[in-house]
Amino acid sequence: MPQKVRVGIVGSGNIGTDLMYKIQRSEVLELAMMVGIDPNSEGLKRAARLGYETSAESYQYILNHPNPPAIVFDATSAKAHLANYKALQERGIRAIDLTPAAVGPYVCPAVNLGEHADAMNINMITCGGQATIPMVRAVSRVVPVEYAEIVATIASLSAGPGTRANIDEFTQTTARGLEVVGGAKRGKAIIILNPASPPIMMRDTIFCHTAEPYDPARMRASIDEMVQTVQTYVPGYRLRAEPIFEDRRVSIFVEVEGRGDYFPKYAGNLDIMTAAAVQAAEVTARHLLGVGERG
Amino acid sequence: MEKRFVRITDTTLRDGSHAVSHQFTEEQVRAVVRGLDRAGVPVIEVAHGDGLGGSSQNYGFSLVPEEKLLRAAKAEMTRAKLAVLLLPGVGTVEDLKMARDAGAEVARVATHCTEADISEEHIHWAKQNGMEVVTFLMMSHMIEPKYLLEEARKMESYGADCVYVVDSAGAMLPDDVRARVSALVEGLECQVGFHAHNNLGLAIGNTLAALEEGANQVDGSTCGLGAGAGNAQTEVLAAVLDKAGYATGIDLYKLQDAAEEAVRPILPRPIIIDKDTLTVGYAGVYSSFLLHARRAAERFGVDARDILMEMGRRKAVGGQEDLILIVAQELAAERSGK
Repeated sequence: MPQKVRVGIVGSGNIGTDLMYKIQRSEVLELAMMVGIDPNSEGLKRAARLGYETSAESYQYILNHPNPPAIVFDATSAKAHLANYKALQERGIRAIDLTPAAVGPYVCPAVNLGEHADAMNINMITCGGQATIPMVRAVSRVVPVEYAEIVATIASLSAGPGTRANIDEFTQTTARGLEVVGGAKRGKAIIILNPASPPIMMRDTIFCHTAEPYDPARMRASIDEMVQTVQTYVPGYRLRAEPIFEDRRVSIFVEVEGRGDYFPKYAGNLDIMTAAAVQAAEVTARHLLGVGERG
Repeated sequence: MEKRFVRITDTTLRDGSHAVSHQFTEEQVRAVVRGLDRAGVPVIEVAHGDGLGGSSQNYGFSLVPEEKLLRAAKAEMTRAKLAVLLLPGVGTVEDLKMARDAGAEVARVATHCTEADISEEHIHWAKQNGMEVVTFLMMSHMIEPKYLLEEARKMESYGADCVYVVDSAGAMLPDDVRARVSALVEGLECQVGFHAHNNLGLAIGNTLAALEEGANQVDGSTCGLGAGAGNAQTEVLAAVLDKAGYATGIDLYKLQDAAEEAVRPILPRPIIIDKDTLTVGYAGVYSSFLLHARRAAERFGVDARDILMEMGRRKAVGGQEDLILIVAQELAAERSGK
């Protein structure tokens, strides 16, 4: 019987609930508990119904638990994460931070997960970052990128109140992610909310200005390979149109269809966050179990 | 009877930025501001067409950094107020801070008409830092007046001093304007404004309709220099409003001179209603899509009108210039039977 690593979810909102369904499918993760602050939340109810341990005492419950999980997903808020990450570390619990707190290094599984598989705390950047950084990296591993700009268009219905109240955090964090993880010298991010009904699928456009001309065939191969890498954890990640190759410019258009676990399929922006977080946890789990990574 | 005062904001140096593909020079900005200020235009807006931070591959890079243009504009002002535009999601509070430090007194914060709640942090910051706040509900034609009012109320609750009904697509008929402006005038405590585009030839008429319903502020651009077929032409607006019995504080001759001497030489082409700009209004798409659609049409060998109509069918909102490249590719592929 394959061994599994016990994990916990903090935050019983939409993100936490979607994480639960994704963890259920995992070969190396075992959901030990979901905790939140609202005993009547839909997430906690669903978790209880599925037979998981639940509590409305949030972090305290995990910190005081006699047998705490080895890894927790934090789907609360930056404020809550900042208040609790040290206590987690002291108890030897690894954190995968889905909030904007960014205590730990930025991680995009397709790009730099290997570097941080042993980190006690990693941050999942933003949904726009998860969708676009792999493409910037696909370009920057072929030729240096002077400037990367991304336009993320998401369905209005998929943008929660937290995102809406802090939209600058999205643009600024994503832009930094393009630089730090994507490898662009300078990054810029734009987010557009579209209220069309039926809701639109998440779409991202990635523009890169390169330091020098490049070989389009090589560039195309790098992009295709990176799309396949992302598809290992987000099957609905794909090119939406033909990339445009110009002298020192690359334009890439992607679409992100979600898995449809708890979020509707159009909300690829939410799905890619939870899928990336679970992917990160799986790599860490294999590391802990001493099992080599697949592929 | 005393004439009712209507505040005109001239947006030649912001909406007009679209028409010159964001290539305004410092000298041009200085000359235009000097002319408008001397003519008594009370508010002058200066920014990238897509607002602060709009300089990008997606919307077009600015020739001159905004901060430099803002400082140049401020230096020429003797009585006008300097305004800037900010689209949350494109620009940030950091950009607003730069503008305030460069002398901007009016923050105009714009969202798509259904997305008012992404503007809260920017409105708060501007109010807390002593700026007047005017907000824009862009593409107002896309929703019914009662829903528009709900969004306007959010902006008012965040601290807006005035909420604008913005006809970004130049798609509204006078009755559409009346229904929306009157809903806001009745439902809000703060002022109400109207921003027109001339794609259907209705910019001046729609502005009059807005004023008749109780709007307090309206926008214009000199020589109509704005996205699509331009805005309500400021010098025409000043004359028409004077005849209609409104006070604007603007000296007509001086404004006409500013238009002829400072703005007309900048026009890259006449700002007119042609087949493409008319299609922008007819399809109800964001006016600044015009030049992007023309460029994509040429590149992929399709008709710009087909691109614009398809953008309308897909309910594209302001800022989705990148979708034009996809639509043009798809139209080209369809045509070649792929």
